[in-house]
Amino acid sequence: MNFKTLDELASLCAERSLSIGRLMVEEQSLESGRSPEAEFSTMAQYYEVMKEAVERGLTENTTSPSGLTGMDAQRVVNYGTQQEMNLGGAAGEVMAYALAVSEVNASMGRIVATPTAGSCGVIPGVFVSSQKRFGWSDEHMVYGLFAAGAIGYVIANNSFISGAEGGCQAEIGSAIGMAAGALVELRGGTPAQAVHAVGLALKNTLGLICDPVGGLVEVPCIVRNGFGAVTALAAADMALAGVRSVIPSDEVIQVMMEVGSSMPEKHRETAKGGLAQTPTGRKIMQDL
Amino acid sequence: MRFKDVFSIIGPVMVGPSSSHTAGAARIGRAARHLFGRQPDKAVIVFFGSFAATYQGHGTDRAIVGGLLDYDTDDSRIPDALEIAGQSGLVVSFEEGRGAIRHPNTARLILSADGGKQRLTMTGISIGGGNVEIIEVDDFNIKMTGTYPTLVIQHHDHPGVIAYITNTLSSRGTNIAHMSVDRKSRSGNAMTVVEIDGEIHPEIVGQIGKMDGLVSIATVDLSQKSISSEWMVLPKED
Repeated sequence: MNFKTLDELASLCAERSLSIGRLMVEEQSLESGRSPEAEFSTMAQYYEVMKEAVERGLTENTTSPSGLTGMDAQRVVNYGTQQEMNLGGAAGEVMAYALAVSEVNASMGRIVATPTAGSCGVIPGVFVSSQKRFGWSDEHMVYGLFAAGAIGYVIANNSFISGAEGGCQAEIGSAIGMAAGALVELRGGTPAQAVHAVGLALKNTLGLICDPVGGLVEVPCIVRNGFGAVTALAAADMALAGVRSVIPSDEVIQVMMEVGSSMPEKHRETAKGGLAQTPTGRKIMQDL
Repeated sequence: MRFKDVFSIIGPVMVGPSSSHTAGAARIGRAARHLFGRQPDKAVIVFFGSFAATYQGHGTDRAIVGGLLDYDTDDSRIPDALEIAGQSGLVVSFEEGRGAIRHPNTARLILSADGGKQRLTMTGISIGGGNVEIIEVDDFNIKMTGTYPTLVIQHHDHPGVIAYITNTLSSRGTNIAHMSVDRKSRSGNAMTVVEIDGEIHPEIVGQIGKMDGLVSIATVDLSQKSISSEWMVLPKED
């Protein structure tokens, strides 16, 4: 890849008059030696898996093997049909879709790690519901996934994307940043605006610990996917409105690295602290 | 760069629930299977750090054994891998490792077959999003990710071995992406790991197999094969 930072990514896009998504298709092709068409096809297949996961989560029984979670996406949809949601219909649907995919994951169904399985609901939630809302083509969405991937590539190589290394901020935080930046581009924003969206989003999850109850990717992971998808919409709207990340996004990524590196081990996916070690969390772990 | 391309971020397609503890574990197991060359009779799997703390909840045990059965990350048989292994004659045991580790998600595998005549040790770390690094094979400290077709060659440490390997690759027009080398002692055994672009031609393996001082050669390839879904073509530029 010819970029290491978001700043370099945005400059490269400006230089070559390409969107982040289109640039990333070319960069990926250079990296793999496969044709741009082949790379695009693979991503298109991944998008189909995401859509299937949304559908399954909204229609099938998603009760997890532990019995702790499941069917929350369907609860939100049902509630939304009966009453006006506080979020409004569009954001409510994004939230429900994100919960749906995350519940499919917890029930050992098939998903795409975006960037991880623990955070696999955010991007499909934002993408699949926004596609429906704005009437976008699948092609448009696949370029959007390349944009999300380019942003995630920078975050992953300058910080981390696993809860065991950097806490939940590295997983859900990264996913929100990727979704927000990609959504800016999908809505016609510039690469520079997309980069601002990443910084705005990441700042909101700095310090978030990874404290899964019983060590399962269920509580609080699933609801954090729902919250995360809604936050991505907010960050994208701010960036499209011209709100800037005063601390440049690349510097925010460095802060995520600093915070995650100093996070105690008990808050990094070991289930030895946080929600996992509350009286109820401990009881759930014993009963598993 | 720890993460090489767009599909190390968007992807893999996988069976839940955890990319590092399920998909990454499956890839670590599968790398060991490829190195071993066949299904082992016995596998001792040692989990460290976060792997040790949460492996049952994440299905890490099922996934790593699924990998030993050569399953990819999205194989729907992963949830049943422990039972399938038992039925197919693979005896698996799990231990909790102690001591300093380089990464919180570390697994060490000790595989054997033919009553211990064939044996392999391997250590892998799961660095996030289903991506892995193999950091040790048979006590050699090497590095590979499995995302490229990889040659793992154990040989005597004497002049010209690496030149022979690289000449063989270059004669077939094969480009080296990454390479790592380690040896146990001067004039003892060494290991050379070569990650390449494109496919490994069978003739390359045959040619290196004839090399003086060769101890063993194995190939590893964890790249995700095309998944079943509708094909789509790249649209023309607007």
